[in-house]
Amino acid sequence: MGFFIAQLLTGLANAGALFMVASGLSLIFGVTRIVNFAHGSFYMLGAYVGYSLMQVLPGMVGFWTSILLAGVIVGLIGVIVEICVLRPVYRAPELFQLVATFGVILVIQDLTLMIWGAEDKLGPRAPGLAGVVRIMGEPIPKYDLALLAITPFVALALWYLITRTRVGVLVRAATQDREMVGALGVNQSWLFTGVFFLGCALAGLGGALQLPKGGADLLMDFNILTAVFVVVVIGGMGSLPGAYLAAVLISVLGVFGVTYMPQSTLVLMFVIMVLVLMVRPYGLFGRPEVAGEHGQVGEPERPIKPAGAQVRMIVAAGLALLGLMPLYGSSFALVLTTDILIFCLFAASLHFILGLGGLVSFGHAAFFGGGAYVAALLVTYADTPMELAMLLAPLGAGMAAIIIGWVCLRLTGVYFAMLTLAFSQLLWSLVFQWGEVTRGDDGLVNIWPSSWASGTTVYFYLSLVICVGGILFLRHAAHAPFGYALRAARDSARQAEATGINTKRVQWAAFALAGAMAGLAGGLFVFSKGSVFPNELEIARSFDALIVVFLGGVKTLAGGVVGGVALEGVKDVLTRFEYWRLALGVLIIVVVILAPDGLVGTARKLAERTGLLRTPEDSK
Amino acid sequence: MLEIAAVNSFYGKAHVLSDLSFTVARGQVAALLGRNGAGKSTTMKSIMQLVVPRSGAIRFMGHDLVGLPPHRVAKLGLGYVPEDRRIFTDLTVLENLEVGRQPPRDGTVTWTHEMLFELFPNLAERRHNRGKEMSGGEQQMLTIARTLMGNPSFVLLDEPSEGIAPVIVEQMARVILQLKSEGLTVLLSEQNLHFARAVADVAVIIEGGAQKFHGTLAELNAHPEIRDAYLSV
Amino acid sequence: MTIVLETKGLSKSFGAIKAVLDVSFVLHKAELLAMIGPNGAGKSTCFNMLMGQLKPSAGTVWLNGQNLAGLGPRQIWRMGVGRTFQITGTYASMTVAENVQMALISHHGRVFSILPYAHRLYRDRALDLLALVGMADQADRHCAVLAYGDLKRLELAIALAHEPSLLLMDEPTAGMAPRERIALMQLTADIVRDRGVSVLFTEHDMDVVFAHAHRVMVLNRGQLIADGTVEQIRTDPRVQEVYLGGGTLFNPAEESADA
Repeated sequence: MGFFIAQLLTGLANAGALFMVASGLSLIFGVTRIVNFAHGSFYMLGAYVGYSLMQVLPGMVGFWTSILLAGVIVGLIGVIVEICVLRPVYRAPELFQLVATFGVILVIQDLTLMIWGAEDKLGPRAPGLAGVVRIMGEPIPKYDLALLAITPFVALALWYLITRTRVGVLVRAATQDREMVGALGVNQSWLFTGVFFLGCALAGLGGALQLPKGGADLLMDFNILTAVFVVVVIGGMGSLPGAYLAAVLISVLGVFGVTYMPQSTLVLMFVIMVLVLMVRPYGLFGRPEVAGEHGQVGEPERPIKPAGAQVRMIVAAGLALLGLMPLYGSSFALVLTTDILIFCLFAASLHFILGLGGLVSFGHAAFFGGGAYVAALLVTYADTPMELAMLLAPLGAGMAAIIIGWVCLRLTGVYFAMLTLAFSQLLWSLVFQWGEVTRGDDGLVNIWPSSWASGTTVYFYLSLVICVGGILFLRHAAHAPFGYALRAARDSARQAEATGINTKRVQWAAFALAGAMAGLAGGLFVFSKGSVFPNELEIARSFDALIVVFLGGVKTLAGGVVGGVALEGVKDVLTRFEYWRLALGVLIIVVVILAPDGLVGTARKLAERTGLLRTPEDSK
Repeated sequence: MLEIAAVNSFYGKAHVLSDLSFTVARGQVAALLGRNGAGKSTTMKSIMQLVVPRSGAIRFMGHDLVGLPPHRVAKLGLGYVPEDRRIFTDLTVLENLEVGRQPPRDGTVTWTHEMLFELFPNLAERRHNRGKEMSGGEQQMLTIARTLMGNPSFVLLDEPSEGIAPVIVEQMARVILQLKSEGLTVLLSEQNLHFARAVADVAVIIEGGAQKFHGTLAELNAHPEIRDAYLSV
Repeated sequence: MTIVLETKGLSKSFGAIKAVLDVSFVLHKAELLAMIGPNGAGKSTCFNMLMGQLKPSAGTVWLNGQNLAGLGPRQIWRMGVGRTFQITGTYASMTVAENVQMALISHHGRVFSILPYAHRLYRDRALDLLALVGMADQADRHCAVLAYGDLKRLELAIALAHEPSLLLMDEPTAGMAPRERIALMQLTADIVRDRGVSVLFTEHDMDVVFAHAHRVMVLNRGQLIADGTVEQIRTDPRVQEVYLGGGTLFNPAEESADA
């Protein structure tokens, strides 16, 4: 009994930081409709800022002042980010802003590294709260009890702010109808900035508060981000009570999970999330999203045409140049190009559903990593030859996409995106924690190609044929009735349904095809590296593909491939520098602000303006 | 007080207002009449800059409104009551009023909760109820009360009598006359000529987004052919 | 005359609100029937029930003698019902011809086909349909840059792609200039005459209704209050009352004078 209570208390204590970060994210989303991927970074900043302040401010007063100040400082940093990065892109397509917040993550990561160094910081003990208290014989850290007391206080303060003050009333009103709030004389810009301050301050506060328990390190941002998404999605986007309940649920479950099912704590979290969403698609306290167009705001995409003779010549010349690479390139160049080719196929598969179908998936890595793991597991346990494994990789990933797509496509917009993220995380946690089969973090190694394909040059050609073939196939599908139907479902689902097109089924098939193609890329990947680790299934992988598609240009057919080449190329150059993330992050933010049509779209417009390309008579 | 000059507004690709012009003088109650689809709501939204006109000018007490953000328009003293009410359904009556609250303004009434509850007795009883728990008529009263909390000198009422019970329509008419007696200027859009006759001094009839008649209600009554052409079946 | 569409006791409630109440009517072959009524009268709700977007709370709909109960929009379309929307729904990223080709591809059951180039399929047929609505010269233009009136005509071509026996048009002339309105309705009337298609349309422009409709129904507060020829409707006092306002309103001018 005592043990049980101790576990419960620890769980509740852990819920504190999670709730604060999640409620901040939820508030920001409710009012601004922006999913702030950088929210974990503000949490991390809170921990580091708090740590530094505690070095300066001594004693109990100093400790608590540091925590409060950390919150305020991080809130102010959030304001700077909102004004400099997000304000210029509020009018951009809704999900384009995600890319900007992803740039912010990279910038904050490197700035933190610059200022505080790579070493983990051990959190200082809270003065006066160092020991443990025994409750029914079980030791409980005093600081846990303090957290237990503080969290409801913060939650209450927040509740008071939201329900009892003018600011809170405006925030809730804006969550429901932003335009009407503006028409009643409230300046939305400052409301947005204020909410950003509050949300970021909460994240910073959470980061500083957990210092004595966890310290500060550079992986905090992504580590909490996953849990926060789970909490926000289970609780319902924009709902504070939901966030609190879900934070407690996840934390308590986590603590019990460690005790009773240490191998499946993460899996458990995602299984719960998937279950909740299947029963209540908008979370426990969420409300259905008003149907809107996602990723399709602004100028409509131009009609597509199969490439003309000129373009075909250029592509053929480019391919010939690539094909002759072994004659003039170093073996390093061949490996790098193989990587880029594989990545381009992965990006092109996401572009197929995102660009043509308007389906923004946050979890496309599930199929890339899934394909890689299918192949690796087959080789490891069944001695499957490469040829067969590479055939089964897309099949396996495609099957996964059929199942996942069936569930996710019941939702739209940001909820669809969140659900895909949940499933990819579920897959990741399965691989990560099911050590007996997948060897967890150690990965699966010694997955080499068949002997005929083991040379760098041969494998390069193999990748070239498969990737270029896959990309051309996807491109052809875009011009086929199927690709047209996918665009029709995106442009006007109402008209498509009214003319007999089963839009959900079209989207489902496209999702499966994209999953299979990503799985193919994954299969190629695993044999080129000889190993696979869980990080191929991670959020960061999914984001890589998303960024590439957005940067390349959602509304252009070549966007995925061009973005893939550009990002991988730029990464190859930048990673030679110490602070490459900072540079990449800034670059991404600049591209988002200056080139909202993506690289291809903006380049085309520039070329048309300068007279290099003929402007179609139809575009104004 | 309000001057609309050669305004062209589009809704997506649809050309809704074409060279619309009319004026409303201080202290008047003006009725904007026309069948549904004539462009009445778009006129209201264009004044508030919720729809930004593609050309033309909208002047309010010497300020050109075109291009201003809606909150600046509201701050100049224009209060907007939308056709579809758009009350905040999760907020209570008092909270809805709070969203609309603005500092007192020179030259116009400063509304308090008490004054509004006197105007709309139903709201007083329901002050702690959430918007979604209220009937259509009560919601209509709330949306007017919410706008009055901004102490406007000029109120835009989009279809105040639409979809509510006849008793409440009578109450609406009484409220509009009350606002007039407090010195407010009102522009209301209506399909119901009878209602307009009961409250308005002047009428503007639009059809296909263009002005077809501008005059007093007496003049309109004297010309049944205008009524038959643009309002009746 | 052959009856194409018939409803009996069609009703729809949203919670306590009765949006449509006990609406019964028939539509004959090659008839142009208008449904009019003030805002919120229930016209759109009626349309959505006929097209399968909304499930009626009560009542039945027959199309050419077949009961439509439980059928969704796609099935009803396949039974030969075309529809145009109040706010146009076209595929903005495609060309004009491709918009029509998409409907033809669906009609021939080739939506999932992955081999042929879509822009080459059924192009001649699409051009014929575009010629019918006077859009042939714009076939290769980008749909997103069309004028509103042209979008409406394109939508009509899409709706005619599968040779429907019934066409439902929701506010077909909304947002159009007066001259375009007359042209579009003239076009519709020609199609009715030449092809024997039956048309049910809602409309707020009375000039359009009285110039073209063969018969007019009036809906108010969800109920059908009149159904007759143009002349009958024009002179019906109940219809006048609906459009100009009822006599229930007190005279506040007098009352405030007393106060």
